[in-house]
Amino acid sequence: MKKSKAFWVYLALALVIYAVVQVMTANEMIDLYYQNMLITICINIMLAVSLHIVIGITGQFSIGHAGFMAVGAYVSAICTMKLGLPFIVGIIMAGVVAAIAGLLVGVPSLRLKGDYLAIATLGFAEIIRITFLNIDYVGGAAGMVVNHMTTWTYAFLGVLITILVISNFTNSRHGRSCLAIREDEIAADAMGINTTYYKVVAFVIGSLFAGVAGALYAHNFYIIQPTAFNFLKSFEILIYVVLGGLGSLSGSVIAAIFLTTVSQYLQAFPETRMIIYSVVLILVMLYRPTGLMGTKELKDVFRLKKRGGSEA
Amino acid sequence: MDWLQQLFNGISLGSIYALIALGYTMVYGIIKLINFAHGDVFMLGAFVGFFAITRWEMGFIPALITAMIVCAIIGVIIERVAYKRLRNATRIAALTTAIGVSFLIEYTMIFFRGATPEAYPKNVLPEKTIEILGAKLDYKIIFILIVTVILMVLLQFIVHKTKIGKAMRAVSYDADAAKLMGINVDNTISATFAIGSALAGAAGVIFGAYYTRIDPLMGVLPGLKAFIAAVLGGIGSIPGAMVGGFILGIVETIVSAVGYSLWRDAAAFIILILILLLKPAGLFGKNIREKV
Repeated sequence: MKKSKAFWVYLALALVIYAVVQVMTANEMIDLYYQNMLITICINIMLAVSLHIVIGITGQFSIGHAGFMAVGAYVSAICTMKLGLPFIVGIIMAGVVAAIAGLLVGVPSLRLKGDYLAIATLGFAEIIRITFLNIDYVGGAAGMVVNHMTTWTYAFLGVLITILVISNFTNSRHGRSCLAIREDEIAADAMGINTTYYKVVAFVIGSLFAGVAGALYAHNFYIIQPTAFNFLKSFEILIYVVLGGLGSLSGSVIAAIFLTTVSQYLQAFPETRMIIYSVVLILVMLYRPTGLMGTKELKDVFRLKKRGGSEA
Repeated sequence: MDWLQQLFNGISLGSIYALIALGYTMVYGIIKLINFAHGDVFMLGAFVGFFAITRWEMGFIPALITAMIVCAIIGVIIERVAYKRLRNATRIAALTTAIGVSFLIEYTMIFFRGATPEAYPKNVLPEKTIEILGAKLDYKIIFILIVTVILMVLLQFIVHKTKIGKAMRAVSYDADAAKLMGINVDNTISATFAIGSALAGAAGVIFGAYYTRIDPLMGVLPGLKAFIAAVLGGIGSIPGAMVGGFILGIVETIVSAVGYSLWRDAAAFIILILILLLKPAGLFGKNIREKV
């Protein structure tokens, strides 16, 4: 009962945020620059949360997330630009195909652990990228021209659904199995959890939403190129998750919002941006290896504060 | 299609991969860390060699030695500053830091000198060719191969015949037991980084002299591929890294010679995934059982 109350409160809050931005956009109080920034933030939140379920919840270190984003971007672009289907069909197709790609990559590679898994996912992402580079149908290295279709409504709904699905998954029986795998895979196995199954499930869900984010990304810019989905992009998504706190959904959302905003302002100085990114990442890893939020969620922080206040 | 010619090209590319892979495999063997910054040490080596040759007008061998010394120092600094605190950290933290260090080196380099490529002067190595069975064998290739073989023999000597080599083997086998036996683990790890980075620096100068074009992001792909070579040979195994490097170099050259040059990079990653799935311990690796 209490849980569902909190759920409705969060949902109402989310809809208020949506309505405010929508009204402001309609009244032209937010110009195109900030609209674009909001959509970019939404896309990055989706990417961060979809990687969070793989790294933060299940503890499988994947550094090839941009590969699934690329699959989603290209599939949706083919649907809308080449086949003339509506955008929403493109988004759904992007999610489905990216999920299938996640399944194909996940089944063989999730048998590996730790560093080897990281390198294997990186390898798969590079193979995906090079494949798109070599298909003339999608424009090869020159890229593919895509119409601008992503609106604030699509981006917001994408984020809402991503967070809803992933937070509900985390709190379900399946999510707890995934958490058990993160904490100790051998112990989880001994408790009768089908570790391979849950690892693949988490990976497929992560890929699905990465694909949807890719679809939104593709239709937000006017062109998509294979170079946009290289190792650097995977690394950026990884930073959101690691910096926000491994295992904290709200942490990765906050990190995504914060870093996207910062990088928008630093866009004119790409080198400085990368130097700041890497220095921050190294310092956080050296002095606070669990990330800024650790495994805590935002509501835990507030609850702790409240309890401390009432006792004092 | 001249197969012998392609084989020579593959060997020279492979020797560069092998030299970088040695550093990866030694570092992984001793602290179980994929040192993503290793490819960037290779890049720094190429630039040090470039400045040594163009500004200070050194010959190839003095430039090679200068680059090796500078890279050894850089390697030790990286280890002391970034990795030392992470010995007991989680894998994810260690790997993320390594990626961070890699990007830091690349973009600091771009920040200070721009992303423009440099070209090594053409006359660093003799520009002569001899013909063997109809294939043109560049003197450069012979030269590179001789330097690589000397470095590898030297490495084998250090690892198997000297005191520090013995210490390295002991630490990689069991760091705690080594400490109890009175081995200075910290110094041994630093020495491993120094030797590995020196080899990467040498590979950088050789790369520059052979392919002439160098730029601040040149280390990314050779770094990843050298890591693949190390995995292919069995990570932690020194002969494995050498063999893996040569195999990878030859396979890549063959793939581009057959006309799929755009798929060249994918070939390396496909090899990686196949080896990880079929024989994760690599060609020369030992199977390690998981302990609870």
